Amino acid sequence: MSVLLETHGLTAHYGDFQALFGIDAQVRDGERVALIGANGAGKSTFLRAIAGLMRSAPDAIVFDGTAIGSRSPAEIAALGIALVPEGRRLFASLSVEENLSTGSFNGRKGPWTLARVYELFPVLLEKRRASPGSLSGGQQQMVAIGRALLANPRLLLCDEVSLGLAPAVVKDVYAALRRACDAGGVSVVIVEQDIDLARAMSQRAYCFTHGSVSLSGESAALTREAISAAYFGVSA
Amino acid sequence: MNWVDTIVQGTLLGGLYALFAMGLAVIYGVMRQINIAHGDFIVLGAYLSLGIIAATGLHPFLVIPLAAVVFALFGYALQRGVLNHTLGGDILAPLVVTYGLAIVIENVLQQTQSADPRSIKLPVLDTASLPIGGGLAVGVFPLIMFLAAVAVAIALEIVFNRTRLGVAFRAVSDDREMASIVGVRDKRLFGYASAISFAVIAVASVFMGIKFTFTPSLGPNFLLYAFEAIVIGGMGSFWGTLAGGVILGIAQAIGFALNPGWGILAGHLVFLVVLLVRPTGLFARTA
Repeated sequence: MSVLLETHGLTAHYGDFQALFGIDAQVRDGERVALIGANGAGKSTFLRAIAGLMRSAPDAIVFDGTAIGSRSPAEIAALGIALVPEGRRLFASLSVEENLSTGSFNGRKGPWTLARVYELFPVLLEKRRASPGSLSGGQQQMVAIGRALLANPRLLLCDEVSLGLAPAVVKDVYAALRRACDAGGVSVVIVEQDIDLARAMSQRAYCFTHGSVSLSGESAALTREAISAAYFGVSA
Repeated sequence: MNWVDTIVQGTLLGGLYALFAMGLAVIYGVMRQINIAHGDFIVLGAYLSLGIIAATGLHPFLVIPLAAVVFALFGYALQRGVLNHTLGGDILAPLVVTYGLAIVIENVLQQTQSADPRSIKLPVLDTASLPIGGGLAVGVFPLIMFLAAVAVAIALEIVFNRTRLGVAFRAVSDDREMASIVGVRDKRLFGYASAISFAVIAVASVFMGIKFTFTPSLGPNFLLYAFEAIVIGGMGSFWGTLAGGVILGIAQAIGFALNPGWGILAGHLVFLVVLLVRPTGLFARTA
């Protein structure tokens, strides 16, 4: 498998506060990678940096052979990186269908169309004229995922898709996400608080602690003990 | 006072105020940018139209599309070249820059056009009227002016609610960062919004030039009417802005009918009452 995304010593700052301290990570073609770690460890910041929302050195982020660290979010979207952001961030004054359609603003053609998103999430078809505020949390998450899929991404970044959802809904949402990405060979980076879920969803995992990678490896090979040691920053 | 006549006249005048306001509502709605020079651009547009008429001999109504295209291109360039650089940080920056523009425009016009009152002559139609029964008549020109405002409101509603461009406008207004993540090129989009705003300014300026006699110093008054119409109507729909303009026009007409000195004041009072009682405006769709 060739490498799709690579970061080299990626750093990120919010004003004077440094959130990432030299992250080296890789995502291969068609691979699902999980990011785990405590709140404030830098997982979301890592995704934001890849999406172009943080100021980065040009070659700190390389996507498919192109240095994208200094590209704008819209340019990065056009290259085929889509983000399902934490808290979903649907556009409040747009209908469900309009929200989905914004996914294709990056101008990429591909297998994903409105019709296919409705096939994946039939409930959204009934609600397509509704305001996103009137949907349940799970349905809103489906809109956020559908919006990202309509970007026809090569790399999908998912930030805490399970946040605030009932456990049964989380299972459904992840199952749908997995089907969708496997079918198209889409690479996925998953930020997830539930460690078991993160391991089950991914082939490899990185554990973030205080803005650095404290542990990485094959998801199946990472033991709970190793993860919890890394999680709390205690060296084993 | 003849109430029906007063309200009809006020409604038609309100169409002009709605034209003033809708251009301002476009850019405020999309990028929360306030153009203090809005009124001065209306005045500038009237002088520009006078110039086009003098040079070509075209009928004023035929000058409207021409002026709209010139102003749209200018608006796009102004947004991309200057105003985009003032957005995203301190909210004071766009205010100060456009206030500076207002001063420059007014003084350049004073210098080059003098302070003499001017107006755009409308052949034939300027005194024509239509009887509407009950011994009342409405002027053909004010009626056309009002219908132009309705047409602009319809056009803007279609652009904002029925097109992809409109979806992008509303998305960027809701959440600029998220819009950039899905691929909206916001700076270019702001250029388009400004182009639309300036096209509406051009339409407003020709009708203003025919309706009023104008001097280079009237800009701030027009800006104020535009603000008042938006605040009375509330943000979120151009129908609300149209209604706001009409309410302002009616208030002024009633004020004028009671006492010639009270017209403008009556408009301001209605604005203040709305601001006190319903600060989001009478027909607001979004907060």
